[in-house]
Amino acid sequence: MAEMGLVDIRHSVIETEATNEGYERGLIELAERGFDVIVMDADLAGSSGTSEFRKLFPDRFLDVGLCEQDMIGTGAGLALAGKCVFVTTHGMLAAGKAWDIIRSTICYGSLNVNICGADAGLSAGGAGGSRQSLEDVAVMRTLPGMTVVVPADAVEARKATIAAARIPGPVYIRFASARVPIVTTDMTPFTVGQAAVYKQGGDATVLACGVMVYEALKAARSLEDEGLSVRVINCHTIKPLDRAIVNRAAVETGALVTAEEGSTVGGLGGAVSEALAQSVRPTPIRIVGIEDRFGESGRHEQLLAHFGLTARDIAAAVREVHSRKRGAAEIEE
Amino acid sequence: MSPTPIELKDISKIVRRDVLTMVLEAGSGHLGGSLSAVDLMVALYWDVMRIRPDHPVWEDRDRFVLSKAHAAPALYAVLARRGYYDVKDLLTFRKLKSRLQGFPDMHTTIGIDASVGSPGQGLSIANGIAMAARMDGRQFRVYCLIGDGEAHEGQIWEAAMTAAHHNLDNVCAIIDRNMMMGDGSTEDIVALSPLEDKWRTFNWHVIEVDGHDFERLGSAFSEAASVKGRPTLIHARTVKGKGVPFMEGKPEWHDRKLTEELYEEAMRALG
Repeated sequence: MAEMGLVDIRHSVIETEATNEGYERGLIELAERGFDVIVMDADLAGSSGTSEFRKLFPDRFLDVGLCEQDMIGTGAGLALAGKCVFVTTHGMLAAGKAWDIIRSTICYGSLNVNICGADAGLSAGGAGGSRQSLEDVAVMRTLPGMTVVVPADAVEARKATIAAARIPGPVYIRFASARVPIVTTDMTPFTVGQAAVYKQGGDATVLACGVMVYEALKAARSLEDEGLSVRVINCHTIKPLDRAIVNRAAVETGALVTAEEGSTVGGLGGAVSEALAQSVRPTPIRIVGIEDRFGESGRHEQLLAHFGLTARDIAAAVREVHSRKRGAAEIEE
Repeated sequence: MSPTPIELKDISKIVRRDVLTMVLEAGSGHLGGSLSAVDLMVALYWDVMRIRPDHPVWEDRDRFVLSKAHAAPALYAVLARRGYYDVKDLLTFRKLKSRLQGFPDMHTTIGIDASVGSPGQGLSIANGIAMAARMDGRQFRVYCLIGDGEAHEGQIWEAAMTAAHHNLDNVCAIIDRNMMMGDGSTEDIVALSPLEDKWRTFNWHVIEVDGHDFERLGSAFSEAASVKGRPTLIHARTVKGKGVPFMEGKPEWHDRKLTEELYEEAMRALG
């Protein structure tokens, strides 16, 4: 897949970076390019990736204090008056505490307010279950008109930020404050709403988002040694889901695994299942994620292992769906 | 030429009659809180705000955010009578495919500056519009009408801090202090008084006024426009169900269904 401009993950050293660094680079680039952008933060600038922007563009930055609900509402007002707004807070505060304002003011009004969930997934690490956001993708996805993007790495996070500014309605972008492997480059194509095949394969498909894209690529490599040819798709846009690529994967590979750093309820796995259940053919699927429970304290990479979100877990899920697909084929015969 | 207080009173009577007719025709809708707010909105739309009904999206118009969104019937009637759309449209309120949704929707109704619905959210929106005006060097003002029961919502107080902190003197909030909410008296449910002092403590310029006295409302809005460095809160004492004696001060008329008989009685009372 040379044309995708991906990093070769077989390299011994893979660079890592928090995806919110990409968010910050995207914001700065937007302001430098002359977008009428306003960045808001709720007392998180130190960790969310807006502190450098604040230094460079103080007139375009607003720290609202610990007023997440008011921040989203004020952002709505700024957008009504023509500004391109990015509001920033913890994923669970945006998607949880401010959900009603996002729903009733931002989405109902179809306003250009982009909501950036920092410290999302398990990346809040040591903070533990109350502060980790595992449900954000699911609850954001239910909102009419909302676009939901989970960038795979900091490079993609920058592209997603710039893309969000051009989308007239609201976009929820989920960022990690923990360092995650960089798998894409500036050359890698990125279009909101279009999932990208990062590795071809015919036996099964893994649809992943966020840090799980890297884990999926690793899993696919290891499965190759076992003779399984696995397609890997970066499904960065959870909504609108790229149904065409999901259907094609179902028809061509007959077995699907989804992988996300979030709840197995209603996230990427839920979106893909909804699409599959109404698609051309029933297809075995396994959802790799966190099983309907809260997180807990630990380092990010420890937590990924603890909750079964590694290449090894994805590989096990692929073997399982692949065997179900074979079983189904035998019954048909 | 600004209309006289007597002319404004006449307009209010027409708007109140519209509100009753709309809610009867729709079979549902909030009468008490609409009728208490009619005079406030009539004052704004005929006497205070710089608007161009023939150019509803004029960039330098004053903005209005109806945070107490359940008073939509009053706003819709005001907009129709002010010439934003046909008065006949009022009869479609709350009906399938109507431009007049149960709560204000900027995408379906001409003249609505912000979609609102969930309580407690309007002041934040007003602040954001006012901040953008200041950033862009525009002179327009932003008005936000808040219900008193709505002042229970925490977001109102977040927004109150924000407006004062940023010295948003182009924001004018109005509290429709009718002392009632859906379940009874605000003071019995969770006491708000002294509400005007709460806003003073939040560093707002506070003006207390009879919310049904057009002369005093006119002076209050003029005073608000002259205040520099601080947002203004107009604490408007009003009567829930104002104009219809059997509804006045009765919390059950928050959203009670209107019968034909009571409608006739109410219309007779309004005259």
